[in-house]
Amino acid sequence: MFFFKVAVLGFPTTPDTESEIWDIEASISFVAKDKPVKLSLYLPRNTEHNTVVNEQFLSRGYGLISRHERGNRQAVWSIRQAVGEQNLYYHATVQREGAQGRRVFKKVPKIEPPNFEGPFLEAANALVAEIVSESADVDILVAGLLKRLHADQPSDHISLLLGKKATLEKKLQIAVRILSLQGSPARVAHGIQLKEQARDLPLVHWLQVFNEGSWSNYHPETYQSEIPEDYLLWWHGEDRMFIAKGADQTRVKISVSLSLESAINALVDRGQVLTPQLMAFSLFSLPIHAQTTYRILLMIPMGALLLVFLRNIVGVKTFGTFTPVLIALAFRETELFWGLFFFSMMVALGLSVRFYLEHLKLLLVPRIASVLIVVVLFMVGFSIVSHKLGLVRGLSVAIFPMVILTMTIERMSIVWEERGPSEAMSQCFGSLMVASAAYLLMNVKVIEHLLFVFPELLLVCLSGTLLIGRYNGYRLTELIRFKVFTRA
Amino acid sequence: MLKTLQALREKGVIGINQRNADFILPYNPRHLYPLVDDKLRTKKLAAEKGLGVPELYGVVEIVRQTQDLPQVLAPYDDFVIKPAHGSGGSGILIVSGRRKKLFRKPSGALLKESEVIHHVINTLSGMYSLGGHPDSALIEYRIQVDPLLESISFQGVPDIRIIVFFGVPVLSMVRLPTRLSNGKANLHQGAIGAGVDIPNGVTLDAVSFNDVVTEHPDTGNPIAGVSIPEWDKLLYFASQCYELTGLGYQGIDIVLDKDKGPLILELNARPGLNIQIANMTGLLHRLRLVEKHRHELGSAKTRVDFAKTQFARK
Repeated sequence: MFFFKVAVLGFPTTPDTESEIWDIEASISFVAKDKPVKLSLYLPRNTEHNTVVNEQFLSRGYGLISRHERGNRQAVWSIRQAVGEQNLYYHATVQREGAQGRRVFKKVPKIEPPNFEGPFLEAANALVAEIVSESADVDILVAGLLKRLHADQPSDHISLLLGKKATLEKKLQIAVRILSLQGSPARVAHGIQLKEQARDLPLVHWLQVFNEGSWSNYHPETYQSEIPEDYLLWWHGEDRMFIAKGADQTRVKISVSLSLESAINALVDRGQVLTPQLMAFSLFSLPIHAQTTYRILLMIPMGALLLVFLRNIVGVKTFGTFTPVLIALAFRETELFWGLFFFSMMVALGLSVRFYLEHLKLLLVPRIASVLIVVVLFMVGFSIVSHKLGLVRGLSVAIFPMVILTMTIERMSIVWEERGPSEAMSQCFGSLMVASAAYLLMNVKVIEHLLFVFPELLLVCLSGTLLIGRYNGYRLTELIRFKVFTRA
Repeated sequence: MLKTLQALREKGVIGINQRNADFILPYNPRHLYPLVDDKLRTKKLAAEKGLGVPELYGVVEIVRQTQDLPQVLAPYDDFVIKPAHGSGGSGILIVSGRRKKLFRKPSGALLKESEVIHHVINTLSGMYSLGGHPDSALIEYRIQVDPLLESISFQGVPDIRIIVFFGVPVLSMVRLPTRLSNGKANLHQGAIGAGVDIPNGVTLDAVSFNDVVTEHPDTGNPIAGVSIPEWDKLLYFASQCYELTGLGYQGIDIVLDKDKGPLILELNARPGLNIQIANMTGLLHRLRLVEKHRHELGSAKTRVDFAKTQFARK
């Protein structure tokens, strides 16, 4: 099955073949005034660099329609009555890929009338004449125009057209109108820059001019006929990103995050994998959050295999059977160093409390419960203190499975009393060593990817475990234990 | 590393994996485990067979019964309280005498009655038991150490562990309490183990943790060369335990009482492997030999005779 998927379906075997997938979220918040609310928001569109593969709208109680308008996509939410603060969400998954060639239009788009009047018209005409006289093609024409609009000390014509303290957006709008006057169809494009993990992303604006059958992009500051590849076109035109009626204090926040979904995911979303029977029963058919869970769950068998190896062939002593694997899972959140640090801290603190409780001669279950409560208290204290100190990592201490932690403390204290501190320490060290090794193994991206795409590889894992299950040779530690035999 | 491996192979030393995979899993059916894990059941079974066991003074099964504990204990000056499902010798409280209202431990420490009751309640709550399950506490006769063994033990009672495979005594050792082990006879707690020659019951050099020692660390007496009294009876006892439980591979713990002779303390379905070091002998060759001949060995006598002839030290 593994080979079938690789050879026939062409599933990638390494995570490197993943293409870039971005999760984009726009959240709109506003205060409704107990009146009908109508709110329209432009939506990102497919371009030669980006494809919107999936989108979701979160808007409880609102009617929603989406429509196309002059090449833009727009979502319109409406509700008859709403009071108080409202939040609407738009979520899109966008795949970035290499340029796919521009769309070519046969028809030249209609030029919007520039609407200059009186002195403005004169100034604009003068400007056009000036620019045209010194440019041979559209690129130079646009560059010349943008350069003039951007000049630190603009000419009189331009100051008149721009007014005082023009924003970039305003400048671009003027540029569009001047270009219209000159006879070139142009428009302002708006979008975002897909940088890694950002919240409250600012909008970027640039100029699009229709030239020889397609729209060319012009960067407003470099004046070049190219824009960075990580620009995502959202909409174009003079309108604002959203228009709200019946609402106050409207605000849009755009956040993006890079998700390393495999190329397969995109393939599936775009319907390019043509064996639906197989795909219908793969993990990709699950909702995204369930998939994330399985990504982690599928790594547990690898940890277990390593544990079996370390316990039965090497002979490392650990607390509990699967405690180290669970600790390793917690390490995924905290990272190794901090994980080890937190774990040791928690166990050390818990142990000291446990030794105090010993004096109270408590019964077993209440005693374990009290240790559990103390462990939770320590977690809370730890998180608050480290947060105050500005250590973000401190918060992740809450990830540790506290019941596991409690049982580790209890077992450790019993071993401590019955077999002495050295045995307890060696078991604790063994547990941490196995946990670290399991963490390192479970964090190998290639393995995670392979297991997720090819869950049937777990059978290989299983067979390895079964093999070790019948291993009756010595453990490595036994070679040391029985060393006296070599002397005789 | 490879040299060690080769030496161990040659000597027939078995590791935990091999013990579990080749002997315990095939020959010790799981359903028989409760017979040895519950000391009360073992005791009753052994008593029915006519094998000596320490006399049972009383059993505490629920916390309420601890109210009657003082009355149960009243007739006895010395006794032992142990969990029915204890493992590795934990949770054993030995009282060697009384002083007014207090109980005295072998170390001389004095305990109040409430402390004894607390220990019993802890035992009931499963503190000392396998897996932490609720348990019951046994109160029984305290062994009087045979003077012959007293010279090589410190406080506590030495016990004799015999590995029995299909009723054939295969390897044995005597476990001697030390100051370090706090009077207990468990090797991992610091007691030392001395191999015992199967045919004649004479002790060999001893092992402390994983090292060889020749003298008792506390009494200074040489350990090797001590003849264990009533050795034949011990072997018979051990051999008969096979019929008792049906477990193919088990470890029998026997103590020698000054007055009552050998008494069976407990049986173990997963006996430890340090006995190999105490004897400087691997288990594998002996186990394989018994495995081959096990169908020819009917009675306890033939089994003991087989062991005596086959397992002599060259």
